[in-house]
Amino acid sequence: MQPGSNTITTVVKKGAVFGVVAVFLAMVGIVEALHQRLVITGVISLGQAILLFTGLGAGFVMVRRTAGSRAVMILQGTVVGAITGAMLGGLVLLGQAVNLRNVFPNASPALYGILTVEQGPSTGAILLIIAGALSGLAGAGIALLPQSVRRPVFAGTAAALVLSLFQELLQLMLQGEGLPTRVRDFLYVEGPSQVGALTVFALVALANILNSRRRARVVQVPGARRTGRAITLVVLFILLLLLSPIVGGSFVAQVLVVVGLYTLMGLGLNLEVGLAGLLDLGFVAFFAIGAYTVGLLISEGPLGIAHWSFWAAVPVAVVFTLIAGVIFGLPILGIRGDYLAIATLGFGEITRLLVASDFLRSWLGGSQGMLEIPKPVIAGFELSGPEHLFYLTLASSALVVYVAWRLQHSRLGRAWMAIREDEDVAQALGVNLVAVKLLAYGLGAAFAGVAGAIFAVMVGSVFPHSFQLLISINVLALIIVGGIGSNPGVVVGALALVGLPELLREVGEFRFLVYGAVLVAMMLLRPEGLWPAAAIRRELHEEEPEAVTREAIELAEAKEPNP
Amino acid sequence: MRRGWLPRLSFVDLFLWAFRIAVVVLVVWGTIGTLTKGAYTREQWLDFVIFGLAQGGIYALIALGYTMVYGILRMINFAHGEVFMSGSFTAYHFALAMGASGFLNRQPLLALLVILIVSAVTSTAVALLVERVAYRPLRRAPRLVPLITAIGASFFLQYAFKGLYGSGIKAYPEFQVFRGEWVFAGIGILRTQVIVLVTAAVMMFGLYQMVMRTKTGKAMRAVSEDKDAAALMGINVDRIIVVTFAIGGAMAGVAGVLYGLVFKQVHFFMGFVPGIKAFTAAVLGGIGNIPGAMVGGIFLGVVESIGPALFLDGLGIVAPYQLRDVIAFTMLVMVLVFRPSGILGERLAAKKA
Repeated sequence: MQPGSNTITTVVKKGAVFGVVAVFLAMVGIVEALHQRLVITGVISLGQAILLFTGLGAGFVMVRRTAGSRAVMILQGTVVGAITGAMLGGLVLLGQAVNLRNVFPNASPALYGILTVEQGPSTGAILLIIAGALSGLAGAGIALLPQSVRRPVFAGTAAALVLSLFQELLQLMLQGEGLPTRVRDFLYVEGPSQVGALTVFALVALANILNSRRRARVVQVPGARRTGRAITLVVLFILLLLLSPIVGGSFVAQVLVVVGLYTLMGLGLNLEVGLAGLLDLGFVAFFAIGAYTVGLLISEGPLGIAHWSFWAAVPVAVVFTLIAGVIFGLPILGIRGDYLAIATLGFGEITRLLVASDFLRSWLGGSQGMLEIPKPVIAGFELSGPEHLFYLTLASSALVVYVAWRLQHSRLGRAWMAIREDEDVAQALGVNLVAVKLLAYGLGAAFAGVAGAIFAVMVGSVFPHSFQLLISINVLALIIVGGIGSNPGVVVGALALVGLPELLREVGEFRFLVYGAVLVAMMLLRPEGLWPAAAIRRELHEEEPEAVTREAIELAEAKEPNP
Repeated sequence: MRRGWLPRLSFVDLFLWAFRIAVVVLVVWGTIGTLTKGAYTREQWLDFVIFGLAQGGIYALIALGYTMVYGILRMINFAHGEVFMSGSFTAYHFALAMGASGFLNRQPLLALLVILIVSAVTSTAVALLVERVAYRPLRRAPRLVPLITAIGASFFLQYAFKGLYGSGIKAYPEFQVFRGEWVFAGIGILRTQVIVLVTAAVMMFGLYQMVMRTKTGKAMRAVSEDKDAAALMGINVDRIIVVTFAIGGAMAGVAGVLYGLVFKQVHFFMGFVPGIKAFTAAVLGGIGNIPGAMVGGIFLGVVESIGPALFLDGLGIVAPYQLRDVIAFTMLVMVLVFRPSGILGERLAAKKA
């Protein structure tokens, strides 16, 4: 094969792959859903922007994968982008000739309108090719730019996107007399204004440049100053959290409660998966058991058996889920790896099916669920709204984070990590496998039990429908995205995977599509997660000795201050 | 001897024995209860068994994909249930179009063949895509990693097809010719069930012949024995892995159409439960073992079909059919806990030794 023809095949292949991605995005409905949201008013919507980013990505990847003179590479990037655009154009033309809507409900005239910028099919198709070529060109250009220029561009673009994505929230926060209102009117018309978006882009890019200059100057920040800064950041974060329901209103509080519940579950699953290496896909069962226990104990409906107060019921629920975790753990002690995942998945499904069945209806309410669960009362004050429940969730999250943190660095935590690395060796070194594994299941379950208890009072009722397998997958996804085995990672993961989709309502529908893609992409690109645990990061980057030594130095430094 | 083994029986073993005994007692108690009550006629039992066989045939076809991939890569292709769904869901649109034009009932066998091929091709394509994107780059990664990408791929596919084809439950068009029963030796069997059983049997026979007789089949067996040795013998391991995924996908695609014929509906979430059950079937038969998957599938299908009536009804449980899946999942957990090598696993191990 000649080298020339080889490059042409690569270009066509890459173009086709990105074209298929673009067509897929359009047909799956994301483009139309995101079209509601403007990136820059009167210029571009988010739906169009993600297609443009696909073209950019095509040019970028093409340049990264080949070598040659700059002109040739830029040309290749342009062609790849043009092919991507041409495939979208082909979709528009095909859609005019055949009614695709019978099969693909999203192939609507509205979609074609978005793709062609309302210019009709033939002009639109040509426009799409041109837009594709331009975005490919831009992508190739960005790939060829030096790092020092690329970073600020990325940062600025990201900031402009944040301005668009969180517009409702930001506008809400900028409401008020005086300066905030003026800032708001400057930034937003219908969506972000043209001047506003540009200004934000420029400011953030500038800040990024200045920051990297400063970083280049100060090579090593001394350990003590860095810890000081970390403490300041943590304090700021906590303050922000404490004030967020007051600033953001009850909607934000509601979102944060859900994030908190997932954080609780994530911390529990993290004990099992992250520390002990026991992949559990039936985790939702413990959440359900916690919720149903509290429901049974405090419900004022016909199914309530005790009419206790919430505060008395929670410890019982926690103990009960702990026991349930141990009982679930007992039969599967001897199973490892993939089989363990499937067995626990089976347990989760059995729990859900039993709870929903008519068989247990007279105790648990079957598919009608358990109703009339009162809100918790503290010293005569009812925690009714999401703002109040937020503080409850925050307090229990803080407590559980502390417990998880202490556990991780305890003898038990080290035993968990030992069985994660190698069960046989751990056993040979005197780790009691049975006790340690059962404790992992039990304590992990107890954390989920706390989440279930709060969930029950938050919703005010418990339905079997709330305990789908999806919850388990969701929790797994968030600890993986955050960084498996890392407690701060759980919080980051919960904010990213639960908080963001709640805030971006249009994305909500595609949440699980994105989760699936994120799980695969994370494993391929950054298996250690966003906020990785030190040990995992070292293990996954064995081939980079430099990173390991730096890590070791950091660890050594971190250990010095506290004796 | 008594003093020898008693102290070694730990608390965990005791718990497991209690679990085993409890399940056996429940099953026996329920069976006796049902049989003494005599709530079901002989014809009803026969219907249960035949339905179980048809359902089991479908499970067996899906299970083949799990078992072959496991045999070669030692990993669970968690997305296999979605491979099954993708074929069925795509072929549905062809079936609908052919139903609208009348072709479906003019040339039922030809139409069925077209649907089967479309479904098999789609499923194969999806299986290959998943292999290429989610598994191949991670072949040397820790075992947890491909399992997580598999879960991710599974969810991605479900919601991708939900987005593409819509989220509603769609009714599969019916073949008028296959309505009603055929009578064999005095036993009436629904025609769709006959079609399902025959197709499943043909596919499994073909696959078995392929694996045992052809050169590719031999290469597949060699790779599943020892990947490195097979590579040294001049087998292109990557190609064999692709072939394995393709065959597994095609089987799942065929199973998808058969599922449509029996249950008469498709939706984007339809792959999950059959996928898990087929996995159970694969483990029951001894994972990595092709005849085992067939036996396991049929066994699971029949138990699941007669189980609610036979075990649960006798225990006085209301609406036992709601707990059909509980039987399947309980079997799954029990097999994984008590006999992870499967029913035929031992024989296979003995043969290899």
